[in-house]
Amino acid sequence: MAEEEHSASPVLALRDVTKSFGAVRALRGVSLQLFAGEAHALAGENGAGKSTLVKIMAGVHRPDGGEILLDGRPVEFSSPADAQQAGIAVIYQEPTLFPDLSVTENIFMGRQPRGRFGRIDRAAMRRQAAGLFARLGVQLDPDQPARGLSIADQQLVEIAKALSRDARVLIMDEPTAALSGNEAARLFGVVRALREQGCAVLFISHRLDEIFELCRRATTLRDGAFVAEDLIADITPDDLVRRMVGRELDALFPKQEGTPGEVVLKVDRLTREGVFTDVSFQVRRGEIVALAGLVGAGRSEVARAIFGIDRWDAGSVEVLGRRLPPGSPTAAMAAGVALVPEDRRQQGLVMNLSIERNIALAGLSAVRRGPLVSPALERSRARDWAIRLRLKYARLSDAVEVLSGGNQQKVVLAKWLAREPALLIVDEPTRGIDVGTKAEVHRLLSELAVGGIGILMISSELPEVLGMADRVLVMHEGRLVAEIPRAEATEENVMSAATGRSAA
Amino acid sequence: MSGPETLLGGAGEPAAGASAGTGAGAGAGRAPAPGPAAGGRRLVERVARVRELGIVVALAALFGVTGAVNPSFLGLDSLRDILLNSSIIAMLAVGQTLVVVTRNVDLSVSSVVGLTAFGGAVVLADTGVPIPVVIVGCVLAGALCGAVNGLLVGVAKVPALVATLGTLYAFRGIDFAVAGGRQVNAADMPESFLSLGSASVLGLPLLALVALVVLLAVGWMLGNLPWGRELYAIGSNPDAAVLAGIQVRRRVLAAFVLNGALAGLAGVMWAARFGTVDATVATGKELDVIAAVVVGGVAIFGGSGTVYGAALGALLLSSITSALAVLRVDALAQTAINGALIITAIVLDRVLALRVAAALRRRRYRDAR
Repeated sequence: MAEEEHSASPVLALRDVTKSFGAVRALRGVSLQLFAGEAHALAGENGAGKSTLVKIMAGVHRPDGGEILLDGRPVEFSSPADAQQAGIAVIYQEPTLFPDLSVTENIFMGRQPRGRFGRIDRAAMRRQAAGLFARLGVQLDPDQPARGLSIADQQLVEIAKALSRDARVLIMDEPTAALSGNEAARLFGVVRALREQGCAVLFISHRLDEIFELCRRATTLRDGAFVAEDLIADITPDDLVRRMVGRELDALFPKQEGTPGEVVLKVDRLTREGVFTDVSFQVRRGEIVALAGLVGAGRSEVARAIFGIDRWDAGSVEVLGRRLPPGSPTAAMAAGVALVPEDRRQQGLVMNLSIERNIALAGLSAVRRGPLVSPALERSRARDWAIRLRLKYARLSDAVEVLSGGNQQKVVLAKWLAREPALLIVDEPTRGIDVGTKAEVHRLLSELAVGGIGILMISSELPEVLGMADRVLVMHEGRLVAEIPRAEATEENVMSAATGRSAA
Repeated sequence: MSGPETLLGGAGEPAAGASAGTGAGAGAGRAPAPGPAAGGRRLVERVARVRELGIVVALAALFGVTGAVNPSFLGLDSLRDILLNSSIIAMLAVGQTLVVVTRNVDLSVSSVVGLTAFGGAVVLADTGVPIPVVIVGCVLAGALCGAVNGLLVGVAKVPALVATLGTLYAFRGIDFAVAGGRQVNAADMPESFLSLGSASVLGLPLLALVALVVLLAVGWMLGNLPWGRELYAIGSNPDAAVLAGIQVRRRVLAAFVLNGALAGLAGVMWAARFGTVDATVATGKELDVIAAVVVGGVAIFGGSGTVYGAALGALLLSSITSALAVLRVDALAQTAINGALIITAIVLDRVLALRVAAALRRRRYRDAR
């Protein structure tokens, strides 16, 4: 690594940036400096504020306080277009493509090469796209519509898009999450070349080896606050993890040992063409089974199929020995299945309905008096569960949208637990929840399992998977590639199975 | 709408980059060369084309059957009449397509047509303003109405369905207030203006030619100007459009303004063609326009479809009306038949979309193995 000293002033810097979304303080006084010709890692757990920081630099969000400095001068980005004009290119964690348009059009949208009469020069555009793919060493048809591309291919298109901007600052938010080792290696080659040309790179990855391979400095965030800025040469991966986590894992994962009982869920060779294939596993009473894997590996889709939201093409699902008909959430609920979905605002709650209404929603027949819903029964049911889950609220008639993320998640849980399910499926149960409440949700899940419910937990947070699960199932590209018991599960073997490096 | 695509993730990542990529099957479906493996892509293209081809086939069948029963349907006069009848709706459909591809809709066009048709007719009847000035004035008035819609939708973030439903009534209300029950008759307007409505150039009705020029111009802009492609991008994925640095508000506003301007032009054409104009002109036509757009294969959720399809849709719908009249089908049944056609078009569209999605999934599934 060429260790020439950088020029004194950073290309892009954030100074004391704060940002809140409603009651949630996403960033508190964060500072960051990016120097030309240098790759800088941004480390932190999920929910630490990394993506918010990226979006501030990209002009998507405006900071509530603090300032953005470009070449030492304060700037304001009122839109992504402003940030792009300033030479900042961003590869977002979630692909942001136009499904109806061709790959080429996706890359050059907003700044197509022009010919006569301001006409788009399609030939030039296509040639440049092909050139970008050659530079990245991938084979993608520039004329193919973006619809139907795999996640990895979508990510490659995003990378080509960022490259085509000839940016001074390149921000990459987990660009390698969906890439194979080969593709990631090529991407790094390109990033190194850019760095040599004087581009400043901000790199976010959950793979520590990548950070240590590519970056010179690392800034760590925790719960929205700045923790440290280090020279990578001065620290070890363990140091970095300690800065990110900043607490003992045991306290966060109050895992109690349960005794596995009868089989609650038996999934046998379940297949939905092109989404997941030949998935078989069991969940017993008293057990927490984690379903790990990368985003897009098909985990949520398996959960949706079990709950009957999507149909399956082959295989079977049995709950307590009874086969479920495909595509019927009603039947799944009647059989004792509950699903706490990934996106609680869109799928888990009716945001402008009250807490008590939301809790009663999945079991309206239980709060009925004759043909009418009884508000009194609704309220008493809600009050019971609010106490049992230690819900923090002002009044039960308040809309759930005023609650914090963690308390909203408790309302979703209460809604389903009130039905006394045999199987609870939780999809990313602690996404976007502050640390304190996170530990509470974990405690709750653990208690429920000990109490005899079977729990299938989908999670992208490795510490959560390792801390909570009795068994870890790992999915990769629609297939179940590994089953690892609690004692043997490590960050390494789960990750390598999830990225398809070994079928452990 | 973009959900299912991202759910497809996972499978199908052949060892990219490696020289093995050119080996059998590894680059299936991605190779630019039209090999046997490019089937999935060709299917998509074929279906994309079929959308417009289907209308052409339907038109041919309609003319064939009707012509066989009553040969006069294929006569020059009859064909001219059909062209003339469809040209106003076709032009409105072209404008509407601009709005619909951005995942919006403009229900107020019929009121804009009514307002400009009556306004233009009154000015022509009562004052000596030259005809070209009146035409430009109507187009500008239409653009102003479009700007109101565009500001409501693009800037104030009112859902287009609600905003333009409101302006549908509001513009019509202004029309009624201005008219106060008055009717402008053909006799009140200059003969030179009315002759525009029936004039022919090289055997083609002038109004149809105007619609054709507008169609070709807008079609070219949508396909070839960055501005046009950005409209598709906005409808395809609004969030991504913002991240791509597209000035979404400005583009949506522009689409509404242009649609309004075309509605203003259609208003003048209406006045020239029918001569007799009151405040109720074009009432209810907004649904015919949207029907033409949908039948023409423009996705109602934005992102795809062409103005050519929309114009063909308008031609098909008005041909059906003419054909049913020639075939002596009860006029009352015509509405029901139109409805059935629209539903058929939408069902067909949905079935095709599902087929394509399934084909893409299967193809990627094959690649993965």
